[in-house]
Amino acid sequence: MTERPGDDQILLDVRGLKKHFPIKRGWFSRTVGYVKAVDGVSFFVREGETLGLVGESGCGKTTTGRVVLRAMAPTEGEIWFNDRDQGRVNIPEVDASSLKRLRRNMQMIFQDPYSSLNPRMTLLEIVGEPLLVHGVAKGSELKDRVAELLKVVGLRTEYLNRYPHAFSGGQRQRIGIARALALNPQLIVCDEPVSALDVSIQAQILNLLQDLQQQFRLTYLFVAHDLSVVEHISDRIAVMYVGKLVESAPTKQLYTTPRHPYTEALLSAVPRPDPRRRTEPIVLQGEVADPANPPSGCYFHPRCRYAIDRCASESPELREIAPDHFVSCHRAEELTLQGVVAPTQAMAG
Amino acid sequence: MIDTRPPLIEVEDLKTYFYLDEGVVRAVDGVSFTIRRGQTVGVVGESGCGKSITARSIMQIVRPPGRIVSGSIRLHREPTAADRPGDVVEITRMDPMSKEMRLIRGGEISMVFQEPMTSLSPVHTVGSQIIEAITLHQPVSREDARRLTIEIFSKVGMQQPARTIDRYPHQLSGGMRQRAMIAMALSCNPSLLIADEPTTALDVTTEAQILQLMRNLQKELGMAIMFITHNLGVVAQMTEIVFVMYMGRVVETATVDDLFYDPKHPYTRLLLRSIPKLGSKAAGTAPRLESIRGTVPHPYAIPKGCPFHPRCGDMIPGVCDVVDPPLVKIGDSQEVRCHLYTPANAPGSGEVIPLTTT
Repeated sequence: MTERPGDDQILLDVRGLKKHFPIKRGWFSRTVGYVKAVDGVSFFVREGETLGLVGESGCGKTTTGRVVLRAMAPTEGEIWFNDRDQGRVNIPEVDASSLKRLRRNMQMIFQDPYSSLNPRMTLLEIVGEPLLVHGVAKGSELKDRVAELLKVVGLRTEYLNRYPHAFSGGQRQRIGIARALALNPQLIVCDEPVSALDVSIQAQILNLLQDLQQQFRLTYLFVAHDLSVVEHISDRIAVMYVGKLVESAPTKQLYTTPRHPYTEALLSAVPRPDPRRRTEPIVLQGEVADPANPPSGCYFHPRCRYAIDRCASESPELREIAPDHFVSCHRAEELTLQGVVAPTQAMAG
Repeated sequence: MIDTRPPLIEVEDLKTYFYLDEGVVRAVDGVSFTIRRGQTVGVVGESGCGKSITARSIMQIVRPPGRIVSGSIRLHREPTAADRPGDVVEITRMDPMSKEMRLIRGGEISMVFQEPMTSLSPVHTVGSQIIEAITLHQPVSREDARRLTIEIFSKVGMQQPARTIDRYPHQLSGGMRQRAMIAMALSCNPSLLIADEPTTALDVTTEAQILQLMRNLQKELGMAIMFITHNLGVVAQMTEIVFVMYMGRVVETATVDDLFYDPKHPYTRLLLRSIPKLGSKAAGTAPRLESIRGTVPHPYAIPKGCPFHPRCGDMIPGVCDVVDPPLVKIGDSQEVRCHLYTPANAPGSGEVIPLTTT
């Protein structure tokens, strides 16, 4: 990717990121192939914005989020992070001690509020752990700081000594958010933070995330599959398909004028909560490609209704088709694709 | 508009309780509704509202310590001849293990689940499971049943039906398993198909495939479908009439159009406002989401009066927190369980300010 104007605002710059998992067989665990979970992904996130990362299960969005935080090492690629304390660093290359310092500024919120909290720890221990580990606070200072964090996420401070089982799904997600906020990070990777929650609770958590972003100038990498949720929270959105980034654009642009046929199909597949707008979705034929054995050329071509011969032989590069609008499709310029029609104003919601 | 189709299932004041050591959970607490022949109904509500237990009660597959405590579920059978009306059977009076109930289950009423592996056995091929279902309910030979299975496999859009029939569930993808389960549910031409969150576990493009398939199959086979879901998009796209449930009760019944364009119950209104709608940012109308304050109360501590009152913005003190709201009929097809619409409190009587419309 070329240098972007306003480059100093870019907090996270991912270039050519790959994460391949070996497939091992036989006596000596010979590697017989690779699952290319993430296969050459490039994107950037500006400070204070939310980048939504969407795609269907197995597309590599979660792996991308994890590799960015170096929860696992990438196979290839660069992840430039503009660290508050250490300056601009390439995450895969940093050593253990600076990685630890880096972790203060990058945190994660998980999907499942039930399995991501240790049931044997109290809220004080859960939320206070990062503060202890990084030597930020201890003793009564720690307690005060945790109480303050609980207040910030809308939980009562009396809950300090309770265990996670006493809380509902929405409250647990608040606990997870409090822990992520503890060290005052710059970047938070949110991995499907609301998909396990009921709709009424979903709205509470989405609002909380938006409030916190404003309050603490947070930057979010928001990984999710729900296109309505992602639209609501994101400034820009990147769409992944079988380990590759197929399109990224500012939210409004992506939804009204998608340039990749997969984005078009994805948007049309969402069942709209409007009975007066019963639409026939573009039904994709066949199944998502196998990331261990992807098709030739553009991975989407076997299911694409606009595919031509070239799509089967030549892999399209991600290119900037309009300012901030990136797409990897050979036919992006010539196709006119259908975006989302706005919801009816009169509707009660 | 009054629906004139004959009734298929009439549920009246159904109560299904769970007797646990800690106390009694009133999972379904006085639910009444009617499903007509060939009608598509939606049952919506958040987790724990009793929507799945209502469906399981109809199938008589509520697991102990849960059981149907009272109420009735009447199944109207199709008239066998023009001059003879079909018989009406009372499902709640049947022994869940009886032969008659087993024939209804999977025969006249069948069910698909969110997770296909709950109804598919991992150690039998998908085909053999469907063949078994067919031979159990219909007087056909195994060969004919196999032929029928291949037929229904191609109907549900299975690739290479004659080969897939001999596959095991684990060899199929999530979408294909869902199709196999739908094939099994439809194999005996049920008059009611209960679909419990049939697409919740699926990706959005696979969901679109399955929803389209269900729509086409209904057109072709004409069965009634009861969609149980928390996804308001699926409700809007698939159903004719909707029952909104909250804490074991139906709080609002409306046509799908009224539900989305003229919802009455404060819970329904809040639910609709709390979901992000696709395209609203593109339209420049992306307001902050409204959320319903608090959480669903604990099942052992159901609030007095209207169970929704602690979370309701239109709560009338001294009424909603004391008196159980009655069911109020509005127009021909809408019913709401809310004090705001009872004659004494109704807008226009001068006592209560009507809800603000948005």
